[in-house]
Amino acid sequence: MKNRLVAAGLVLSLILAGGASFYASSQPDGLEKVAGDIGFLDSAQESAVEDSPLAGYGVAGVENERISNGLAGVIGVASTAAVSFGLFYALRRFKKDKP
Amino acid sequence: MHIPDGFIDIPTSATFAALSAVGVAASLKGAARSLDEKTAPLAGLTATFIFAVQMLNFPVAAGTSGHLLGGALAAILVGPYVATLSLTVVLLMQALLFADGGLSAAGLNIFNMSLLGVWFGYGAFLLAKKILPKNKVSITAAAAFAGLISVPAAALGFTLQYAVGATATFSITTVLTAMVGSHILIGIGEAIITGLSVSAVMASRPDLVFGYRGAKKNLEIRQG
Repeated sequence: MKNRLVAAGLVLSLILAGGASFYASSQPDGLEKVAGDIGFLDSAQESAVEDSPLAGYGVAGVENERISNGLAGVIGVASTAAVSFGLFYALRRFKKDKP
Repeated sequence: MHIPDGFIDIPTSATFAALSAVGVAASLKGAARSLDEKTAPLAGLTATFIFAVQMLNFPVAAGTSGHLLGGALAAILVGPYVATLSLTVVLLMQALLFADGGLSAAGLNIFNMSLLGVWFGYGAFLLAKKILPKNKVSITAAAAFAGLISVPAAALGFTLQYAVGATATFSITTVLTAMVGSHILIGIGEAIITGLSVSAVMASRPDLVFGYRGAKKNLEIRQG
């Protein structure tokens, strides 16, 4: 029963990040808009990982924007799931091992 | 809301990174106390779901978009310590893999979203839950209120960081007004998504909702 909720949530996350995110608004977000309006947006520097193959939620070399964005979303969901499930299971075990 | 490198100077970024490290360390301790077989997978799911929903920018007024921050949502579903860790994982994945939010700015972002967003959201939730009648609808309403508060709280964090260590020299009052104004609008979106998500879990597995379990504790029926 619990597993069903977790499985449904993971599938929903994949659908949202892998499919629905293509339709997300590409307008500047709140901070970007404020920075642009006030005038400090140009103090932003490129991230050190700006050249990473996934930078900006796309996969380098994939021409089709929908596929590139969706694939990046799926990779992000899988990576976040791997790290977070790993972390939380490890913390739970740590607790159990204590006397 | 993800601060890029360059907005805030390095000493200020380093100071907030240290503050964030203290908060995350305390959360690791707190989370280790609360996580068990039942809550660990839900915690992982919460982090994953927040990563996915953060990709969904929704339009708000005047050429601006916003997306769920998820701090209040996570705090209500899995408790504030685990929520802080969930948001931190999401922010680190975004900064490292997708260049969303700067690397030197990671401590600033963790401070604003993993600490301020989560704890102000959770505080608002507890306050609303106390005032509202004790039923399931109130949990959803309190969750929405928590979402609404958490976003301007994170925006205030940025304003503080800007006041301490901005690389540009614009008036702090101007930044404060603009940040809080636009993020109250985004907070309305946050309130809707937080309320809907909490009510969806409440409908299927209310026993898994951290913020509801606390409310029910006094009425617990023990089954043998």
